[in-house]
Amino acid sequence: MEITVNEKKMVIDNFTTLFELRDQIKPDADVVIINGYQTDTDIKLQEGDKISLIRKGEIPDKSEIKYLMMARHTPGVHDKLQKGFVAIAGLGGLGSNVAVSLARMGIGTIKLIDFDIVEPSNLNRQQYFIHQIGKSKTEALKDTLLNINPYNTYLTENIYITAENAKKTLKGYDVIIEAFDKAKNKAMLINECLKHFPGKCIIGASGVAGVFDTESLKIHKIGKNTYIVGDMVNEARPGCGLMATRVAVAANMQAHLAVRYLLGEI
Amino acid sequence: MKIVVNGENHILEESLTIRELIGKFGINTETVVVELNKQIVAKENFGSTKLNDSDKVEIVHFVGGG
Repeated sequence: MEITVNEKKMVIDNFTTLFELRDQIKPDADVVIINGYQTDTDIKLQEGDKISLIRKGEIPDKSEIKYLMMARHTPGVHDKLQKGFVAIAGLGGLGSNVAVSLARMGIGTIKLIDFDIVEPSNLNRQQYFIHQIGKSKTEALKDTLLNINPYNTYLTENIYITAENAKKTLKGYDVIIEAFDKAKNKAMLINECLKHFPGKCIIGASGVAGVFDTESLKIHKIGKNTYIVGDMVNEARPGCGLMATRVAVAANMQAHLAVRYLLGEI
Repeated sequence: MKIVVNGENHILEESLTIRELIGKFGINTETVVVELNKQIVAKENFGSTKLNDSDKVEIVHFVGGG
């Protein structure tokens, strides 16, 4: 029967068990993953099983690493996500966190859009490092994403998005993430996207400030494919700041909606 | 006439435009996305779109922070 081991197809005897296979192919493997699940229990292999064998601490060669990174994905997910095109408008507390999660998930093409540079007050919640202060957010984040997962395509554009340039900058993407800071820019982007890209998935956020309960963060659906994440009330203002723990929950709710849309789950 | 705004019944004494309705709620028209009977209303049409009896309006009001 045919199975896949570390993304290479091979034919094995029927009745072979998982651990017998490991002992034949990579006896020093200390992580054994079958169909996305890491296991300590030996089982009989079935036709079509996908197995990853990993020696902890060993850096695999390039041909293997892409697939080993995705070994804990639910089977089939990675292939679909690799075909996805996602644009992220704004790379602050929302956008930088969305980008990191989508890069780890293996979204094939991610466009990063922002006009600003990294500065110290970003670091309480945004995915940048001290040594990146002064760099453009697009380039700083692209560097980080390439270090996390070099097997996706990352495009960047340094631009302040307006009603006039939104269409050109965001054309051709399956999913558009609105991750701006100002209320007017948020509403402008959602309105422009609904006008120009009515069939696309648009995911915005509103009401993510403060240290309020994350239970108040909800998904509000508009029309067919537009989603707004947040409590819709708590804005950033004097006395109510933006905090890593709450903003990142909202960001990952946005990222997860993008994933579910690309998988055809919503 | 009777309309529904964000799921709540409202009685209007006279027909209003979308822009006038948003104004009644004290919201800046620059920070909203509006759905009228499940159709998105373009911002440039807020002033010319009149509300009719039993219309359903959703006003999605954005607040800052991200």
